[in-house]
Amino acid sequence: MSDHHTPHPEEQKLLPGDPDTTGHSWDGIKEFNNPLPRWWLWTFYATIVWAVIYTVLYPAWPLVNGATPGLLGFSTRANVAEDIARFDAMNADIRTRITEVELASITPDANPDLYNYAIQGGAALYATWCSQCHGSGAAGVQASGYPNLLDDDWLWGGSIDEIHYTISHGIRNEDDLAARYSEMTAFEGLLSDDEIAAVVQYVRNISGQSADAVLAAAGEGVYLDNCAACHLDDGTGDRFLGAPNLTDAIWLYGGTPEAIEHTVRYSRFGIMPPWSAEASSAGRLSEDQIRALAVYVHALGGGE
Amino acid sequence: MSTTEEPQKLYAAREPVFPKRVYGYFRNLKWAVLIITLGIYYITPWIRWDRGPALPDQAVLLDLANRRFFFFWIEIWPHEFYFVAGLLIMAGLGLFLFTSALGRVWCGYSCPQTVWTDLFFTVERWIEGDRNARLRLWNGKWDFRKWRLRLSKWTVWLVISVATGGAWVFYFADAPTLLVDLFTGQAAFVAYATVALLTATTFVFGGFMREQVCIYMCPWPRIQAAMMDEHSITVAYRDWRGEPRAKGKERDGAGDCIDCNACVNVCPTGIDIRDGQQLECITCALCIDACDDIMAKVGKPRGLIDYMALTDEANERAGKPKVSVWKHIFRLRTIIYTALWSGIGIGLVFLLFVRADIDMTVAPVRNPQFVTLSDGSIRNTYDVRIRNMSHDDSDFAISLVSDAPLEVTLEGQPGQSVNVALNSTHLQRVYVTAPAGSAPALAERTDFRLWVEDEATTHRAFRDTTFFGRATQ
Repeated sequence: MSDHHTPHPEEQKLLPGDPDTTGHSWDGIKEFNNPLPRWWLWTFYATIVWAVIYTVLYPAWPLVNGATPGLLGFSTRANVAEDIARFDAMNADIRTRITEVELASITPDANPDLYNYAIQGGAALYATWCSQCHGSGAAGVQASGYPNLLDDDWLWGGSIDEIHYTISHGIRNEDDLAARYSEMTAFEGLLSDDEIAAVVQYVRNISGQSADAVLAAAGEGVYLDNCAACHLDDGTGDRFLGAPNLTDAIWLYGGTPEAIEHTVRYSRFGIMPPWSAEASSAGRLSEDQIRALAVYVHALGGGE
Repeated sequence: MSTTEEPQKLYAAREPVFPKRVYGYFRNLKWAVLIITLGIYYITPWIRWDRGPALPDQAVLLDLANRRFFFFWIEIWPHEFYFVAGLLIMAGLGLFLFTSALGRVWCGYSCPQTVWTDLFFTVERWIEGDRNARLRLWNGKWDFRKWRLRLSKWTVWLVISVATGGAWVFYFADAPTLLVDLFTGQAAFVAYATVALLTATTFVFGGFMREQVCIYMCPWPRIQAAMMDEHSITVAYRDWRGEPRAKGKERDGAGDCIDCNACVNVCPTGIDIRDGQQLECITCALCIDACDDIMAKVGKPRGLIDYMALTDEANERAGKPKVSVWKHIFRLRTIIYTALWSGIGIGLVFLLFVRADIDMTVAPVRNPQFVTLSDGSIRNTYDVRIRNMSHDDSDFAISLVSDAPLEVTLEGQPGQSVNVALNSTHLQRVYVTAPAGSAPALAERTDFRLWVEDEATTHRAFRDTTFFGRATQ
């Protein structure tokens, strides 16, 4: 409307088709009255009625000890419980089957459905019960002696069956008589300071780390007399006794001379609770859960 | 400040609209658009398309449960959502283009509200008669005849509404199966709820709300008003030719408008186009057809009401030659919109043809960053997701390209390959190991490339990723 001149507000005339004005006028500016459609008003009333009905049917008004429950008895908490029960029912069959097959047969090729269930379920169980000590990524905590579950070094064996036993009964606990048990002697007082210094260098040497050659040579005899009974003559350890391999690159408590000396002098050991509810009253997990966990841990990268 | 004698009304009842039947060029165009759009909408879910035994044979299917979109020969996976984003951008640019060039052409011809309302008007005319008969029926008492006509009309509307809501759900499931399930009561609750909801909206919006939806509910008119300029084509009345309007044969000094109200009587939104361009006008052009008809009868040239740009008005008043429609349409603004629109369209088509039927993603596991193995070698773990978008099960070999001595192994697989079923995704834990003391084992980062190859088709895909060594600690 480029060629329309804009008249002074005083002389502004209403165009045909324009609505009435409200009669208000500010400095000559008038206000159109565009009434709201009546159905919109009714829609507004309908939403109010809806809101009232809703507060009667559903939990709504906060009271001292909770909200009004509503006539329909709706509860998100009950819905969750229902969902959990439904999923438990859906999983009932696979949870039975996982307890009936050979553990070693739960592989991607032989039993893909059981394997997938074990990996998914095992991950959830791990996060709930295991990650506190072994870490969310299963890498363990070296300073505290919680073993790394990702590597190929196992104190008690890395087959699914051995992992299953360890999870079921735990280590060095007093709740389960079948718990794995090992105890290293504290050599403080049994060996002289020189002998301890020598055997530390010997252990550094057999694990391929830099060592004082003279002390290491002197330590061999000390080692054979005091340590080889459990760690074996070649230092490769004994899984039956839970004695770690001293020749590999993995150190549960650290491989520095100071850390090794501390272990020799004062001994170190870890504790793991028994998880099988069948084996001990302290256990919290059912057999199918432990089996899922064993498959999951076995598939973390170090399984044998 | 002045005062009023009686209080203003704050709420207004709806003025019923009884559009008269009209014949003409634009009416025929609207019939064609109505038949094509409704045809596409109702028929599309029933078109079959063979994709082999393992995949659905529906040509157009939004399979939400399995997260696939099938469109004839195209299958869209969730990770290809950029196609949807691209189409939405094209839809936006298309809106800019059409509105700046042709005004509210969407509202007038192809908006579902317009199309279904038009269909409902047609039913109304068929059962109750044209404008005058409907006006009489509206004002008449609720006798047997009125009840009979109203109930017949509502029944036909309801059938159309159910068919409309029903057609919608067929896009989301196998149509023949769902149709049987719907009638035997075996379909999912959400299917019935969707049909019921869309039936209700179609029935109410098409039968009763009609122009109220356009005037009061829809944001489109407001947005479009901002996108039009003085060159946009809209429907306008040549008041300099028509005014002063006058009825009857005494036409001394009178304009061409004989004030017959034909343009008002056919208007589906109940306005008078002679009042000028207004928000309620959806530019359906039926008033043009109606007026052209009258002009032909009184022996005047057509186009008293016509498609025009705002600049045409000033032009014609000044007596300058007419500017062609094409000059209005082809201007810098619309050319830029067209270029952007078609650029994105060409890009999407290009992407569609170059995309592979396998795809992989690599998520390095960084908790922990690396693992020391008992022989002192350093291992990194990667979650590799392989998508087999082909129509055959296949073995996929995973390999690694790097100058560094890195080796790749797969969790749970004895070899270097893993089987992935057709039309599925497989998550594979992949280990990459550097020997003790080697460069990548000691370094902070070593870049390498993971390849996955379909052993049957030799199609390949790769991702570049990074190996973390001891120096990261």
